[in-house]
Amino acid sequence: MKDLSLLSNELERALLTLDKDLAEKVILNAIKDSTPIDVASELVSLSLHNIGYLWEEGKLALSQVYMSGIICEEIIDKVLPPLSKTRKNQPKMAIGVFEDYHLLGKRIICSCLRASGIEVMDLGGGLTTDKIADIVRKEDIKILLLSVLMLTSALHIADLKQKLSDTDVKKVVGGAPFRLDENLWKEVGADAYGKDSSEAIEIVNKLMEA
Amino acid sequence: MTSMERVLTTLSHQEPDRVPLFLLATMHGAKELGLSIKEYFSKAENVFEGQLKIREKYKTDCLYPFFYAPIEVEAFGGEVIYTEDGPPNSGLPFIKDIDSIKTLEAPKVSESKVLHKVLKSIELLKQKVNNEVPIIAVAISPFSLPVMQLGFDKYLEIMHFRKDLFQKLMQINVAFCTDWANSQLKAGATAICYFDPVSSSTIIPRDLYLETGFEIAKRTISSLNGPTATHFASGNCLPIIDLVAQTGTAVVGVSANENIAEIKNACKNKLTVLGNLNGIEMRHWSKEQCYEIVKNTIYNAASGGGFILADNHGEIPFQVPDNVLQNISEAVLIYGQYPLNIK
Repeated sequence: MKDLSLLSNELERALLTLDKDLAEKVILNAIKDSTPIDVASELVSLSLHNIGYLWEEGKLALSQVYMSGIICEEIIDKVLPPLSKTRKNQPKMAIGVFEDYHLLGKRIICSCLRASGIEVMDLGGGLTTDKIADIVRKEDIKILLLSVLMLTSALHIADLKQKLSDTDVKKVVGGAPFRLDENLWKEVGADAYGKDSSEAIEIVNKLMEA
Repeated sequence: MTSMERVLTTLSHQEPDRVPLFLLATMHGAKELGLSIKEYFSKAENVFEGQLKIREKYKTDCLYPFFYAPIEVEAFGGEVIYTEDGPPNSGLPFIKDIDSIKTLEAPKVSESKVLHKVLKSIELLKQKVNNEVPIIAVAISPFSLPVMQLGFDKYLEIMHFRKDLFQKLMQINVAFCTDWANSQLKAGATAICYFDPVSSSTIIPRDLYLETGFEIAKRTISSLNGPTATHFASGNCLPIIDLVAQTGTAVVGVSANENIAEIKNACKNKLTVLGNLNGIEMRHWSKEQCYEIVKNTIYNAASGGGFILADNHGEIPFQVPDNVLQNISEAVLIYGQYPLNIK
């Protein structure tokens, strides 16, 4: 791919001005010299990583991270349909909102992963401990990403950990309560915590390599 | 000084006898009465008694008859989900199809049974304390309510791409919020806590706030018959603090993630700062930590008045033990006496 950082700057500019047409043009042009999966996992992933990082730094707002993610997901879905064999060979992964229906954080991470060429099963919101435990076993999920907004839901992840103690699923958590108490993810027994979309992509990539 | 005198003095950017403390404990009243959270919020009388017990126990300078955030969507017909150890939460958004916004109608406060419970608890508190203690009621901002009405993702999409529906929803919500806040003021509330997390700089950029949440706040706050405190519920506000001061609000609720001294400096003589103890971390604070954190927060932000000590979210988690609340309250009595003993 020609000059990744230059292309990434161009894509970030398009995303932050909500210019879908320009974003699509940048991505399609990059595909001419590469493959859809490489463009997703290198260019798009880098741009979304940078945007997530700028939010963490307080330089961007969550709405900009969200809109960037869904624009990229829409474009990448066209050139790299979900479940396509050209997507990454990866462990089975699922994402959901634990116990409540505040779906934004989950949607952001889901879009960023998909737009980076990573397939993730979207379990939706309002998930109970029993429901998640059933899905993890039935689908043989290896990486489980859980988003929460409420402290109560975060604390209940400890019960979920107990229920899943006989499986090898890795539990990655994120959401507002974890941002306010950086020890909370350890307290509830999660395997990792992602502050933002850029960290979520990094964690998932590391877990996929492990 | 009475709590009311203490709070009014700080709001006028002068130093009262001591730093006012707002312990915004909504669910601890259930513990005091030996009730489940669901049972507690089922009757106005429970919240009335619970709030009085909290004030007596912790010497908090306000009464806070806030039931739970989704009570407003419950009035619209939305679902509320109860848990045994946390605040009642909103269920699936009741607006399934965004085009139904075109025909959406707001409930009338006077006809809503659930909202009536809140009004009754305010009336009971007002009869009890008269003007001695401020009664802080809550209204979710018209700009933030849609997160529970239609979900955050759909809301951001209409905000960006369906401005016709966004404007229509704002028109409905401004009318509802005004009716709801003014009804609570009429019932005896002293001020309205205007919860507006979507306007925070954590969620939307300053430019978008200027175009949306700012204009809506100005319009709504100017139609209320009493003062407001704008709360971003743990969201950041420093990048927009100059604009928040122009909405007509008197107080700003500050996140634990922000530097309270920096915020106080930016708010000087324009806005009173409310905050910013970390409610999540508070669960594990020792007595020494409570004292140290309260002292530092007060010393960083309370000089010259214009400051009320509170948590950062506007709702103290149910898991915060009573002894922590007690220690915070004691620490205010020790370190919050004016003139402050800053070395």
